[in-house]
Formats: sequence, C-alpha cells, structure tokens
Amino acid sequence: MKSAQDELEIQVTREHALELLHEMLRIRRLEEKAAEMYSLGKIRGFLHLYIGEEAIAVGAIHALGPEDAIVATYREHGHALARGISMDAIMAEMFGKANGCSRGRGGSMHLFDASLRFYGGYAIVGGGLPIAVGLALADKMQGRDRITACFFGDGAVAEGEFHESMNLAALWDLPVLFLCENNYYAMGTALERHQSQTDIAFKARAYAVGSETVDGMDVLAVEAATRRAVDTIRRTGKPYLIEFKTYRFRAHSMYDAELYRTKEEVEAWKARDPIAGFTVYLRDAGWLSDADLATIETDVAAEVEGAVTFAEAGPWEPVEDLAKDVCTIPAR
Amino acid sequence: MGTKIQTTYREAVKAALREALQNDPKVFLMGEDVGRYGGPYACSKGLLEEFGPERIRDTPLSESTFVGAGIGAALGGMRPIVEVMTVNFSLLSLDQVVNNAATLRHMSGGQFSVPVVVRLATGAGRQLAAQHSHTLEGWYAHIPGIKVLTPATVDDARRMLGAALLEPDPVFIFEHAMLYPMEGEMDETAGPADITRAVVRRPGRDVSLITYGGSLGKTLQAAEELVADGIEAEVLDLRVLRPLDVDSILATVAKTHRAVIIDESWRTGSFAAEISAQIMERGFDHLDCPVQRICSEEVPIPYPKHLEDAALPQPYKIVDAVRRMI
Repeated sequence: MKSAQDELEIQVTREHALELLHEMLRIRRLEEKAAEMYSLGKIRGFLHLYIGEEAIAVGAIHALGPEDAIVATYREHGHALARGISMDAIMAEMFGKANGCSRGRGGSMHLFDASLRFYGGYAIVGGGLPIAVGLALADKMQGRDRITACFFGDGAVAEGEFHESMNLAALWDLPVLFLCENNYYAMGTALERHQSQTDIAFKARAYAVGSETVDGMDVLAVEAATRRAVDTIRRTGKPYLIEFKTYRFRAHSMYDAELYRTKEEVEAWKARDPIAGFTVYLRDAGWLSDADLATIETDVAAEVEGAVTFAEAGPWEPVEDLAKDVCTIPAR
Repeated sequence: MGTKIQTTYREAVKAALREALQNDPKVFLMGEDVGRYGGPYACSKGLLEEFGPERIRDTPLSESTFVGAGIGAALGGMRPIVEVMTVNFSLLSLDQVVNNAATLRHMSGGQFSVPVVVRLATGAGRQLAAQHSHTLEGWYAHIPGIKVLTPATVDDARRMLGAALLEPDPVFIFEHAMLYPMEGEMDETAGPADITRAVVRRPGRDVSLITYGGSLGKTLQAAEELVADGIEAEVLDLRVLRPLDVDSILATVAKTHRAVIIDESWRTGSFAAEISAQIMERGFDHLDCPVQRICSEEVPIPYPKHLEDAALPQPYKIVDAVRRMI
C-alpha cells in the first residue's frame, strides 16, 4: 500500500489539516446523532452508518472540483456532507421532512443535490456505476473538463455492472474516477468469501484501467492519492480506480448481530480509527492543542443540535403532493 | 397537411432517427450493433457514415451498463437514444429502468430529469423460440415514472420518436419485430405525433376490439372478416400504454357495449387485464356482456411454426371470440 503522508507532509498546511479533521468529525458526530434519532424513532427505514470510513469521503472529495460530479452508495451521509450538502438538509432528509435535501422522499439512502452535482445515493449495489459512466460520457461529448467520481463498496465488485462499467469507461476513454471503499464485507459476507481474487485494484488493470491501493484510514493518503488520480484523468481522459482499504465500525445497518466477524477484528480496526489517528498525528506535529480540539468539537456539536432542530421543525410534504414529480406532467 | 409517402416501418424508424440526429446535436444513438452492422433490424443503416462514431455508438453486450449510461448521459445534459436490441435482452437492464430511470425525479424531490429514450424490438412470430419471443411491454407499463409507446403504424414509427424526444422523462418505445418490413403511409412533414391519445383505426358499432403494437394488423384483419357476419367492429389502437388513455377506451365501450382486448402478452397479469379492470371500474354500466381477452397461451413460445401460431393471438381467435359474444 502506498502512503502519501510523507510526500505531502510539507505541503499540508495546518489550516487544511484542521479542516480535514473538522470534516471527519462532522460526519462522525452527525452519524452518532442519527443513530440516537433512530433509536428514538425519528429516523426509520434503513440507516447505514459510515463510522470508521470518514477519511475516504473527506480526503477524496477535497481533491475534486466543484464542477466534478459525485455518484455514491446507500452509505452516503459522509459523502453528502463532505460535498457540501448542509447537515440541516441531511438530517431533515433522514427525518423524512420536506426541508430535506430530497424533499424527504429519499431518506438516508437517497440524498441528492443537483446544485452540487451530487447525483445521489444508490441503494442497489453496483447500480450507480453505469450512471457515473453516463455522466462522464455526457461531459466528454460536450467537451467539458469534468470528472465523475463514483463511490462503491467491495460488494459491488461482484456485480456485473462493475465489470461492464470498467470495460465501457476504458473502451470509450471516459473520465470516471472509480473509488472502491473496500471495508472487507459485502453486508455480512467477507471479501475472501465473495471474491476469487481479493485484490480489487488488480481487477481494474484487467480492463486497462489504471489503479492503486491506498490506506483508507489515512485522510492525507486518501487526499493525495485522489489528487494524483484526478490529475491523471484530466491529463489522459481515461478512467482510474483507487481501492481504499477501510473498515466499518458499526453494524451493516442499525440491526445486525454481527455474527460474521469477531470482536477482536473490530477492535483491531478501531485501533486504526482515522479520526483518532489523525488527531494524534496533528498533536505530534504541534498543530492541534486540547483547546483547538475542544473548539472544533463544540462547533460540530452546535451544528448537530441545529440540524436536529431544523429537522424537527421541518414540514411534512402534503399528501396531496404524493404523485408530484413522478413525471414532469402528471399522468391522468 | 404535409406530403404523404409510402414506405416501410423500418425506413420510418430510420427517418425518425436521422431527423432527431439532425435537429439536435445533443442527440446520439447507442446500442448493440447500431453502427457498423447497421442495426440488428437495419434501422440505423448508413447513420454511422452520416453522423460518425461519436453519435452512433456501438456498445459492448452490456445491457445494464449502456442503459444506465444512457440514464447518466441524460442526467448530464445529453439526449440519448438507447437501442436495446430486443426486449428479451432488456431483462438484463431492468434494474436500471425500475430503480434509476423511473425513480430519480420523484426520489430526488424533483431535482433531476432523465430525458432518455429507449427503443426495443418486441414480440413473437418469427420462429425464434422461447428466449427471443417475449412480449414484456406490459411489465414496463407497470412502472410509474416512465412512458411506454407502442407504434403500430408506419406513421407512428416515423413520428413517435420526435414526440418522445420532447418529453423530459424516460420514454420506452416498443417496436414489434414483425412490423419492420410492413409498408404503410407516413407524413414526412407532420412533426411529432400526439402521444397522449389512443386512436380509432376502424370505426364500428357492434364491438370494440382494443389492441396495440404488433396485434393491430391481426385485429384489423379480424374486423374485416367479421363484416361477412354483419358485424361492424371498432378497432382502438392504444398507441401509448403509460399513461393510458382510459377515456378513449371508455368512449368506444360506451358506443359498442362490448369489448375484446387483443394483447400478445401472456394472459395472466397481462396488460389486457389492466384494460379489462379499467373497463370494469369505470365502464361497467356500458357493458352488455363480459369483457373478453385474446392473449398468448401460457407457454414459453415454441419454435415450430404451427405451435408458435397456436400460442399467439390470431385473427380467427378474435373472430371466434366476437361471434360467441354477439
């Protein structure tokens, strides 16, 4: 695995580093609050927490430009927040309120924001990859210098759409950045139990797609690798894949007995917590004091409380609007 | 009125594609063998030479991904026409249709349009056996969020594509494979078709024969045969399965008081069942007798001609049903 930390150390400013920490903490605290709201019955349906994987969304999305597009999965609160959808709109969406980022119609798995080119959370595993290929095709055909970043998990790699999308993006030289969040489990099925070849980056090369494997628990490594990949895509116009090794600390969704993995394994990965690790790194560098961290945590806590208030206060979409926007012109 | 010319359904589709490509630089065609091969049904023959490989794109055999890419390209501001060679292969891309194309506008709270047009050949009748003879447009018509067109005439083949390209939502055009060599009249200059209404193709007073797509010709033939019995059948071509023009269905039933629905899909859960239910719910008082359905038999479509013929709706089956009814 490549570690970009060394090469980037001198380039990263304290301000930027603290921003990355702040962003990761926003995701962590938002999701902790979401779990609490779930247990109170304020959030229903499926709620897939990203806790443990925050470094990927924060690092990768920081390396993208505002004109680039993002396609994400059903575990996409972190991507939405890192992209700039407000915590208010995300929490309200999870509450199902009309002031949510999808008017409350999508819920946790379907966060959208057209203005941020955030093309949403896709809840059929692998279903977002062809969409990303098409977005990149549209950009290429219209001569726009944009990249489409597509997040997906290791589970999606078993889907035919992964292989078809790799092939088509490479065949047509489309600017897609495939970002695999390999958290070692397709729901409850371990990577070695669902893949004959567990090296995902290697698979990409079979389609003539350049690729690499990166430590997904290291936000600086994630950002550096993504910046390099973005640069490569902008220069070559060809797709690229990064496999991030990561781990999901929480259950797959909210109810999960976790029979498929051991406590020891979970604890070993938690020892590599991307936020705790980065905090230590920043302290060692002399960039983060107790007071700095307290300030960030206080800011984030206020934002989270504000998001809950916003969601609570949000209106329900009127039932009369149920069939609105099925088609542009309603069916008779 | 414009100039009416005699041509084939295949040429009408091609003329529609050419016009669409000429009119809008954002329009492009992609699908299996649409380019060098000239289209599996020769509907795009010559278009690669005319418009180039950027706009006439041969795809790998990856239905799910090229339909999904069509959805993505539509989200990204293009105006894709995706050709899925046949409805049989579209089973591999159904997830993209049901979960993405049909949902994105509603699920995003109205933020996204998916202006993609998907064309598919459908239907049986060419001795292609069980895996190449499906009629599944009724499945597609089940899905809110998309529109389903079934051009049954040369003129509709020519003019429905233009109408579909004016829609901001996903439109699926089912072209019955038996129709491609059919000759008919088309209006070269009439512009996009009205895709909101069913059309009476033959007026009558005694019974309403309600059909669409590849069954229209068989139904018109049955109606002519019934003249010998003194029966004047009205033939309604639905043209659009979603959104369904229920008013036109009710209007013909109110006129004739009898209805037979001809639909090549399997009887159980067929689109014909939906039409029948609409008549029961909203037109029951008009009926003199129960609604009848002529559908495909409940078998995988067999290869030998006599068995395939027996499995599908045929004029004699329609005639028999009407005679029993009157």
